[in-house]
Amino acid sequence: MKKIKWVVPTLYIIFLMLPIYWLLNMSFKSTTEIINVYSLWPQDFTLDNYRTIFTDSTWYMGYVNSITYTVFNTILSVSAALPAAYAFSRYKFLGDKHLFFWLLTNRMAPPAVFALPFFQFYSSVNLFDTHIAIALSHCLFNIPLAVWILEGFMSAVPKELDETAYVDGYSFPKFFFKIFIPTIAAGIGITMFFCFMFSWVELLLAKTLTATIAKPIAAIMTRTSSTSGYELGLLAAAGSLTIIPGAVVIYFVRNYIAKGFAMGRV
Amino acid sequence: MNKTYNQKAWFFVVPVFVLVAFNAVVPLMTVVNYSFQETFGSNVFAWEGTRWFKQILHSERFHASLGRQFIFTFIILLIQLPLGIAIALTMPKKGWGVPVCLILMSMPLLIPWNVVGAMWNIFALPDIGFLGNSLNSLGFDYNFTQQSGDAWFTTILMDVWHWTSLVVLLSYAGLNSIQPAYYQAAEIDGASRWDIFRYIELPKMKKVLTLAILLRFMDSFMIYTEPFVLTGGGPGNATNFLSLDLVKMALGQFDLGPAAAMSLIYFLIVLLICWVFYSLMMKNEGRT
Amino acid sequence: MAKITLKELSHSYLSKQSKDTDWALRGVNIDWKDGGAYALLGPSGCGKTTLLNIISGLLKPTRGEILFDDKEVTALNPVERDIAQIFQFPVIYDTMTVYENLAFPLKNRGLSKTEIDSKVKEIGEMLELTSTLNNKAAGLTADGKQKISLGRGLVRSDVNVIMFDEPLTVIDPHLKWVLRSKLKELHQKINRTMIYVTHDQIEALTFADEVVVMHEGQIVQTGTPVELFEKPKHTFVGHFIGSPGMNILPCEIANGQINFEGKIIPSNNSFKKTNFSKTQLGIRPEFIKFSNDGIKVKIKRVSDTGRHKVIDTECSSGSIKILANTSTEIPSDSAHITFEQKYTYIYGDDWIVE
Repeated sequence: MKKIKWVVPTLYIIFLMLPIYWLLNMSFKSTTEIINVYSLWPQDFTLDNYRTIFTDSTWYMGYVNSITYTVFNTILSVSAALPAAYAFSRYKFLGDKHLFFWLLTNRMAPPAVFALPFFQFYSSVNLFDTHIAIALSHCLFNIPLAVWILEGFMSAVPKELDETAYVDGYSFPKFFFKIFIPTIAAGIGITMFFCFMFSWVELLLAKTLTATIAKPIAAIMTRTSSTSGYELGLLAAAGSLTIIPGAVVIYFVRNYIAKGFAMGRV
Repeated sequence: MNKTYNQKAWFFVVPVFVLVAFNAVVPLMTVVNYSFQETFGSNVFAWEGTRWFKQILHSERFHASLGRQFIFTFIILLIQLPLGIAIALTMPKKGWGVPVCLILMSMPLLIPWNVVGAMWNIFALPDIGFLGNSLNSLGFDYNFTQQSGDAWFTTILMDVWHWTSLVVLLSYAGLNSIQPAYYQAAEIDGASRWDIFRYIELPKMKKVLTLAILLRFMDSFMIYTEPFVLTGGGPGNATNFLSLDLVKMALGQFDLGPAAAMSLIYFLIVLLICWVFYSLMMKNEGRT
Repeated sequence: MAKITLKELSHSYLSKQSKDTDWALRGVNIDWKDGGAYALLGPSGCGKTTLLNIISGLLKPTRGEILFDDKEVTALNPVERDIAQIFQFPVIYDTMTVYENLAFPLKNRGLSKTEIDSKVKEIGEMLELTSTLNNKAAGLTADGKQKISLGRGLVRSDVNVIMFDEPLTVIDPHLKWVLRSKLKELHQKINRTMIYVTHDQIEALTFADEVVVMHEGQIVQTGTPVELFEKPKHTFVGHFIGSPGMNILPCEIANGQINFEGKIIPSNNSFKKTNFSKTQLGIRPEFIKFSNDGIKVKIKRVSDTGRHKVIDTECSSGSIKILANTSTEIPSDSAHITFEQKYTYIYGDDWIVE
């Protein structure tokens, strides 16, 4: 019985890895080989696709752009959400419940609904095609999420901690940064992980709000595949590279993932 | 926790309020604005009242994509929830297997959505894709770019690949929070494996499963990028889901009024379903 | 219903054991009579929960055997052993009603509907749950829930032993004594072997006919509450039981007599062997009196607990606590004290000398 249990997760992981393997497989083939020869591993192993990406600035700048706005959004979302989550977890105030619900409704707004107005709005405030525009627009869904997760972590910290600190003569800012933030460090880590994740994987808004300067790698991929014919090898290499930042982030937070989800209260 | 009244707490909320309002209020007002007007380009607008709403609500095209959307979301939930729970139940509880499972299973969640679409496109192509090629050499007539059934199968398989891990992670977290005493008591009471699942594990996972259903409902109902890259809504309109149709209408045909009206109806549907589902779950909670 | 025998039981959570501290339990021997009420008492980490889980079959011991009515059950699982266990916090099936919760163990054992119904109603009556039988179990208070977990154990007539693992931990203090007397009453009514694990001496002493005191994986003394109080066999028992605990003072042994603070102290126990690495004198605070001569002490502090006074004193060998009536006159600065011979014991290497 114990042995059989392993089968399910193992099969599932194999299923998950297959398409990723196929992408990697393709990325080490030339486009000609991809189209003409069907093989389970590269017959004519080549790094050309990767070489192209790392030498052509329109390609590698795509990565820089993506990472730039993702990091910017993560910092923005978490630092704005920290005080708000604290307020929601500790105080009652006029309209608190409505505000919290309103924040969450934004997580339910289909990005497709907002794509066009976003384009017009950010153009009108002269932010079109900037990293800031994407970072700001991703706040729409990342801030509600960050407030939600952080509030869960903060509510788990007993209020006595705050009171003890005040009795010990701490001012609010000193308490908040010196005591409270280290206490919920794990929660902040989880929140940053989710903000990074959702900002990194989102494309619709990122694509709508950019033209050339701030264009994310994911969007460059779609453009390249349509203009220069089907450069499948190049596409596969670029796609494979987008997996790396996520994998690195997961590795660092692996022990917190399950915990972070458990905190998610409804 | 007993919270104290403090109106100054609003100062803490201001940054969040400003950032979200900046993104939500102005664009939403733009959508509302469009939905009641006809545009003739170059900022000329005419009041149209509820015409676009009536038009959308009576349009067969909208009914068709809404229907497709509901069927898609329903199938997705039907597959991903039981599958996710089953995988979480069989995952190792300790040892080196835990980080390995967690890392590998989270990977699909962190791949940009259009890369997911592109990856599956390459993977499923009938000639050069592993999935397509294998299916064809096994004797199935498989081609997702030509046959609607295959397109649906591929889109659903892709979504299962992409998102089941979310359900797994949530269920796994829920299972891990169950105290060992519950299992011990059940063992002493002579409960069967099914009883343990039915009376201990499932009730204890209620919270995380509610969250999983909400998230999976929202995201699958709003799905855009992956099918856009994989099938582009085709063949024909076979996989033309709500978001795809909306973007086609707004950007492709530049029918801003109807597109805006459709956006609002769309948004309201998501809100309504989430609210009804959430209230039902919470009402149950209150009674027990 | 069964008598329980544990033979040379040892358990370790490690796969390899090299020193004494690698063992959670070391060489435990117990004989428990059928129908008795027993308590396992000790601080957290002393091995009492391990022992309980071994008896219930949730854990397999590394060494030794368990017998129920002289039949070996070491290899059997909890269901085959027919035991019931009540845990630290209430374990209930949230989605079931109180009735279904109580019926669950019977249903799993294939009893008929009518049998189940009469049994559940009987136990519901006994635990005063009749009015809530059809409510969802999740809506009850902590003590109500704990009654359900208790009921699931009582409802089965084939139970060999009912075990309690600190069952009152999450119960409000003012309800603790209600449940405790309920337990005692139930024990008299149904007359089954019950084992109660706790770190609270009052719970143990009021519940059990016989208390087993555990310390660092070993049993240090088994006895009635009175025996444990009047004649602790180990300094740990003296120290752990009683409030405040026994005074344990270093002393010397010369010519077969106790020499403490330069005075000869008469003791209850005499001794033949003297080659201990450490010898101590034990006297409970209750059995120390002020007198005109005796050991000279300095009074440090007097605290009034309401029913009596606790006096902290000090002599050159260490501090001594004294318990006195509230009406007792307390000398203000220094005083002389004497120990009641009957309750003065001598301990060699922490064990009573006999």
